[in-house]
Amino acid sequence: MSMNSQGRPSSIPAAGPDQVTGTYTGNRGLQIEEPLIFEQDSAGRSGVDLPDAPAVKSRLGAVKPRARIGLPGLSEPQVVRHYTRLSQKNYAIDSGFYPLGSCTMKHNPRLNEKMARLPGFADVHPLQPVSTVQGALELMDELARWLKTLTGMAAVTLAPAAGAHGEMCGIMAIRAAHEAKGDKARTKILVPESAHGTNPATAAACGYSVEAIPATADGRVDLEALKAKLGPDVAGLMLTNPNTCGLFERDIITIAEAVHAAGAYFYCDGANFNAIVGRVRPADLGIDVMHINLHKTFSTPHGGGGPGSGPVVFADSLAPYIPVPYVVHGTDGLALVEHAGEGPAFGRMKAFHGQMGMFVRALSYMLSHGADGLWQASGDAVLNANYVMARLQDVMTASFDGPCMHECLFDDRFLKGTGVSTLDFAKAMIDEGFHPMTMYFPLVVHGALLIEPTETESKASLDQFIDTMRSLAERARSGDAEYFQGAPRLTPRRRLDETAAARKPVLRWTPPAPTEALAAE
Amino acid sequence: MRYLPLTEADRQSMLSAINVQSVEDLFRDVPKAARLDGPIGGLPNHMGELEVERLLGGMAARNLAAGTVPSFLGAGSYRHHVPATVDHLVQRGEFLTAYTPYQPEVSQGTLQVLFEFQTQVALLTGMEVANASMYDGATACAEAVMMANRVTRRKKAVLSGGLHPHYRDVTTTDARFIGFEAVTMPAAPKGGEDLLALVDGDTSCVVVQNPDVFGHVRDYSELAKACQAKGALLIVVVTEAVSLGLLTPPGEMGADIVAAEGQSLGNALNFGGPYVGLFAVKDKYVRQMPGRLCGQTVDADGRRGFVLTLSTREQHIRREKATSNICTNSGLCALAFSIHLSLLGEEGLARLAQINHAKAVQLADRLSAVPGVEILNDGFFNEFTVKLPKPAAEVVEALARRRILGGVPASRLFPGELEDLLLVAATETNTESDMDAFAKALSEVLA
Repeated sequence: MSMNSQGRPSSIPAAGPDQVTGTYTGNRGLQIEEPLIFEQDSAGRSGVDLPDAPAVKSRLGAVKPRARIGLPGLSEPQVVRHYTRLSQKNYAIDSGFYPLGSCTMKHNPRLNEKMARLPGFADVHPLQPVSTVQGALELMDELARWLKTLTGMAAVTLAPAAGAHGEMCGIMAIRAAHEAKGDKARTKILVPESAHGTNPATAAACGYSVEAIPATADGRVDLEALKAKLGPDVAGLMLTNPNTCGLFERDIITIAEAVHAAGAYFYCDGANFNAIVGRVRPADLGIDVMHINLHKTFSTPHGGGGPGSGPVVFADSLAPYIPVPYVVHGTDGLALVEHAGEGPAFGRMKAFHGQMGMFVRALSYMLSHGADGLWQASGDAVLNANYVMARLQDVMTASFDGPCMHECLFDDRFLKGTGVSTLDFAKAMIDEGFHPMTMYFPLVVHGALLIEPTETESKASLDQFIDTMRSLAERARSGDAEYFQGAPRLTPRRRLDETAAARKPVLRWTPPAPTEALAAE
Repeated sequence: MRYLPLTEADRQSMLSAINVQSVEDLFRDVPKAARLDGPIGGLPNHMGELEVERLLGGMAARNLAAGTVPSFLGAGSYRHHVPATVDHLVQRGEFLTAYTPYQPEVSQGTLQVLFEFQTQVALLTGMEVANASMYDGATACAEAVMMANRVTRRKKAVLSGGLHPHYRDVTTTDARFIGFEAVTMPAAPKGGEDLLALVDGDTSCVVVQNPDVFGHVRDYSELAKACQAKGALLIVVVTEAVSLGLLTPPGEMGADIVAAEGQSLGNALNFGGPYVGLFAVKDKYVRQMPGRLCGQTVDADGRRGFVLTLSTREQHIRREKATSNICTNSGLCALAFSIHLSLLGEEGLARLAQINHAKAVQLADRLSAVPGVEILNDGFFNEFTVKLPKPAAEVVEALARRRILGGVPASRLFPGELEDLLLVAATETNTESDMDAFAKALSEVLA
């Protein structure tokens, strides 16, 4: 495609019946073509005014100063406009309903942001003398108290940087506990088929072989199959509860007893804790160790993919096996244990003390809700999901009977014979102004559609969503497959070629060949 | 309960649509023994916005904010001035409250940012390709070692004594549980160590840091060649990204993998997190790289667009055979990094790096004039190691009482060792009067 001097298409390609033609810049109203930052370069320009460096004799030793880096030069207004325009090409929970199952896209209160930016939290160095950071340690200690109270557990580490990192921490603790007992025969971790993909990846990364446990027809762990696999070679079970089918594992206490009787530990993937927070304490279910995604249950923003934060809680059985650092109450106030070897802790998982900025946000959310608000929040999350399921059940096929927890699962039987795939259906939802649900996960259900409304959606927004889903389902059945296959039509880009991207990866911008050189050839 | 939109009337009408009596009925799959019958005990009830502000504000006030006093702390976390524009743009809801870009048609903003970030990181490190960020520098370092193990099918990593001890500890924790060997060299406060002597036929990689944790800067070109001749990869760690604006980049020295901390650009100190790990490799290792990648493609109309790609390496496809278990990245911190670097541009970054170096030279001159103080470095960027006639931890406490954050005692990172060494950093935020105050206070404390 030919580009003008600003890197914009000099004409719009024919895209569809609603496409107007003849513009020069490529922009239409608020539909903006934004070139890469590298395509806006003017040598010598900068968006930051810096003084001259003080005149001193350089002391770089044997290292040579580098030559040109290749970064573009832009002014501050250009940078503001670039990122503002890019932001306008994103769907976000601030702009609309985001029912992405298992990802828990709930409202992100701005109070949390304001608190995290207080200089007393944001402008504190991790290696300042501990006497100068007592408030930060107090915040970590208070967050730990909330997490222990909500889960009924004995100990917590705040170190892991994300949920998957927390899984790693939990499995490492299990391994450390078996090693401490001299039990080296346990080489397997059991993982149900419906688990998040990180579960088997974590177990395998920690040197375990992974054995899958099948699901029953009602979407839960097959207890008999599990019991048959338990033995002296099993180190632990990794179970998600509520599980990824949106269901509570009814037999969980029996499962825990069986796992413990076999000498193994029970890891719970706590990604779905928001369904039961403040109503059910995981310790009462017999769980030994569980991670909690602060971004899901406690509303720290997802930020387009991170940062997350994945504290891990431990029952008495595993409490000694936690990583450093952690906060302790000393004689002179709060102190930090920063090195393994000072206690029974097993090692370090991250530089410094964890995702402090996320701790502030999570505690701000917890305080705003309180015990009464969390009771209401988990109740509303479950109510919203069941309402969506109840009102869609006659047009779409719910995968399992009975109440769901905070998310409801449908399969693609309702699309059978229509020529519309689950993916096509999802893309059509985009044109209707909704972010699609999670698709093709969990894998135990064919063509899964996993919808998670969360507690921060109003009944009106749910009704609007339900009406849209019903009308799309009817449209699919009416034989209008073409509509779905051509969707989305109203987005900055239409369907993107993911196969081409993977076949010949282009992972960075490279400068175009200089035109003078081409002319000289 | 201002975050909850349902009214009592809504709840009643929804319950009747579901055909149950109460919300509790929806929890009937939870074993009765484990069901609480009301809000959990031991925690306060909900608070208004003002109350939360007072409570958290009180905690914040009990910390000494680094920017309110002369501050010279580094050792892997650096206080730089972040332009107001960065935080303003990061807080746009469309960036802040979006999720992983699984639906590329409505995520082109995040995806283009990641593509630009990957390009910036590749340019900065002098490498061919970078990923869309990791949790932090330390976890990126551990992932780099595991990647080297995969690439070489060898299982021994050699870690320099100049590597930040937290990075070393994260890597050795993984080594213990994941099952590889990490040979760690003793602390090298004066720089210089014979790493090559430890490289044998089982060595997957050698990990060095530049500038190292004691501030020494070095050219690793010869080490890179020697490692590669023995079939091992050279991993270069960078904890101060601003140094890449002035020093020969790792890629030009022949590094195979670069693992770096990006906090210095766009991100506040935050008491240690969240930060942003940078990860860059030679082209031939792309498919062995952990983490998220954004790639360029075309849409149904042939227009340029971006998608997450090469996810066949990842946990959600390969499950127990995945390249790593990493699921999320540091998207928002990467965005802040990218905006700050876009604002600086070629000229700005070079100048910022020069200012940092010059400030450190000025500080070194002032501190070395204090009786009893010796500076160990021949070459440094914006951080160096000071030998004191007293235990550094005591000196730092005494300085803190005078409201000066005078560096990091080496013993905080290497417990039981190096008690007379102090790691000191200067950045563009340090004024001449800050430096004068530090030198004066230090001479008083040492007197």
